[in-house]
Amino acid sequence: MISKKVKLRITFLFFLFLSLVLIVFLILKSLEENVVYFKSPTEIQNLSELTKKKVRIGGMVKKNSIEIMSNEINFVITDYKNEIRVKYSGIIPNLFEEGKGVVAEGFIQDRRFFIANKILAKHDENYMPPEVKEALETNND
Amino acid sequence: MISHLGSYSLIFCTIFAFLIILQSAKLIGNQSKIFPKKIYTIITLQLFFVIFSFSCLLIAFVSSDFSNITVYNNSHTEKPFFYKISGVWGNHEGSLLLWLLVLVLFLFLFILDTKNYDNKYKLLTVIFQEIIILGFLLFIIITSNPFDYIFPVPLEGLGLNPILQDPALAIHPPILYIGYVGTSLIFSSSLAAVINNTVNSEWAKQIKKWVFLSWIFLTLGIMLGSIWAYYELGWGGFWFWDPVENVSLMPWFCLTALLHTILVLEKRNALKNWTIVLSIATFSLSMSGTFLVRSGILNSIHTFANDPSRGVFILTFLFFLIFLAIIVLFIYSENDKKTSNNFNILSKETAVLVNNWFMMYFLSVVLIGTIYPIFLEVFTNEKISVGPPFYQKLMIPFLIPFFIFMSFGPRVKWINDKLKKINYTQIIVFISSLIIAYIIFTNSSVSYLFSSFLIAASIFLVLNSLRDFFSKSIQIPQKISHFSFSILILSILLNGIYSEEFNSNMKVGDELKFIDKTIKFKGINFDEKDNYKLLRGDFEVIDSGKNTLNFNPEIRIYNQPVISTSEADIKTNLFNDNFIVFTLLKDNEIFNVRYQHKPFMIWIWISIIMLAFGGTLAVIKYGK
Repeated sequence: MISKKVKLRITFLFFLFLSLVLIVFLILKSLEENVVYFKSPTEIQNLSELTKKKVRIGGMVKKNSIEIMSNEINFVITDYKNEIRVKYSGIIPNLFEEGKGVVAEGFIQDRRFFIANKILAKHDENYMPPEVKEALETNND
Repeated sequence: MISHLGSYSLIFCTIFAFLIILQSAKLIGNQSKIFPKKIYTIITLQLFFVIFSFSCLLIAFVSSDFSNITVYNNSHTEKPFFYKISGVWGNHEGSLLLWLLVLVLFLFLFILDTKNYDNKYKLLTVIFQEIIILGFLLFIIITSNPFDYIFPVPLEGLGLNPILQDPALAIHPPILYIGYVGTSLIFSSSLAAVINNTVNSEWAKQIKKWVFLSWIFLTLGIMLGSIWAYYELGWGGFWFWDPVENVSLMPWFCLTALLHTILVLEKRNALKNWTIVLSIATFSLSMSGTFLVRSGILNSIHTFANDPSRGVFILTFLFFLIFLAIIVLFIYSENDKKTSNNFNILSKETAVLVNNWFMMYFLSVVLIGTIYPIFLEVFTNEKISVGPPFYQKLMIPFLIPFFIFMSFGPRVKWINDKLKKINYTQIIVFISSLIIAYIIFTNSSVSYLFSSFLIAASIFLVLNSLRDFFSKSIQIPQKISHFSFSILILSILLNGIYSEEFNSNMKVGDELKFIDKTIKFKGINFDEKDNYKLLRGDFEVIDSGKNTLNFNPEIRIYNQPVISTSEADIKTNLFNDNFIVFTLLKDNEIFNVRYQHKPFMIWIWISIIMLAFGGTLAVIKYGK
């Protein structure tokens, strides 16, 4: 016979295990939905299928490409091999300049057009996001 | 010259650390009641030399001694005096020296604090703490010596990143470090208590003020960083779920759990192993925070240098400490059959456990969100980031049960409590919180069913914590902290729901409408300060009631290094913050302007300060 105490313990452990499994499942599920992948313009060119999910694009802001409208700006992100046009409306960080590195977050419209809803701030003039640096380096090979 | 002295005293400290470990190990078997004078003397000497070394770096910074490479990289003659001082810890090398200083200082204070305690326990704590100190000393000397030379001596330094030149950020690292390093002492003393077989009420009574102390500083340190992000980064938020923010939040969850558990250990002599595990976990999280931030794995303003050898060193050291802790735990952990962890379902012990489960859940969410991208990049070379929606989605649903449990928890009695059949006050409180939530929502444009439940639950918590003030069985520090926490939660929620923002590109003279407000860009003027030039904007916001607010946000262009920053102009009152920040887009002509309306912002800061104040009262009480 299993005593009452042991029974209680088994139920407790069972529920503990169940809730752990549930929690892990929950976490992994929302991870899958909420991660944002980082791509370079070249990687977007080479995508076999355009994703509908949010992505980040990194590269350099092309010289003479910034156009300023009343409520939005347009510019081109380049990795010196391929480029993508970006439409953006929102706050623009101080260090956003032509010829400087940039990371934009948003949705791919087609291989040459991207609508951004966030431009990530940088804190340092000489700082280049490592993703951008790497994206530029791989393209120079 | 001064750098030589600083460097040599660090070497002395290392020798002392070895000496202390060896001597303490030798004296452990000694039954003497008096703490060995010899060890006390060496620890005092060690403290003296660390302070001396730190002062050397301080003097080098203040006197702009550019022969020192750390000073050269991070300072400048034109920098204001205050920031020359804060520059000492505004860089990798100096901040580690500060870590070390606090480590040694805390050990010294611990010895003073435990005059009447068991010698073996004290010596063991000294050994563990000195192992940590030794690790940091070697780390500093081998990989990041703040006293390295540069030759020929440059005439001028490179300057401190301007966005770090800010009062809140100047004191943020020391405050946060006191919190982090405080957990090292909890770690050392809990391992000592395990070996000494004294994980009991008495130990809990002695160590709990250190737990509270670390918790207070960690709380305030996180708040300072958050305030800074709010007004300096110009994004208008105060928490971004950025990995570097997360690494400070993780030990906070753990420490908050420990803060509650240690009271159970004190009152009921239970949850022994769990307390030890929490102590070890808290310190490991503080260490890995330092590791993740300093190694350059996480990229942010905190990442001073990208030197892989540093990361490897901290990681190895961290694993060594965790390994050591696990071994100690396995060998010495007593399997005490007498104290049972079988609690009554309705008792304060269970209430504390429930708190711990929630804390552990929040901790795991943040932990996974923070380290998952690192692992994914290592294994698949895929670069990802985990954004705020992840955290919000996983945490917010659990807040409702958390608030409800927290409303009842404090009033449950120790050992065994009885459930009253009908509690009329509770019903009144419950109904009134629903009514208040309803009133709030009918007066707003937002109407999500879920957020109304969330608000109702948090109002329920506020009302209950308020009611607790009349309870005789709850202590005053707890009343204050729990009430402040409920206010914090409520203000964060209301702030999140009612914040409004407006963003546009504007020229001087432009006038734009935003909901019921008009924003006018009246002009700009130029000015020059000691180490920067500035552009001051003149804005006017007129609301529907014809009240006007004037804003003068600034764009500063620093001389060295040449970086521009935006200084937001924030008008604060008891009910809301109004916030304008602008950045330069093109040729001093077109600007990107952002206006934000943030309700109850000030209450977020006030409630965190009150939360820490509750903790301070507890320390004063326990210290007696």
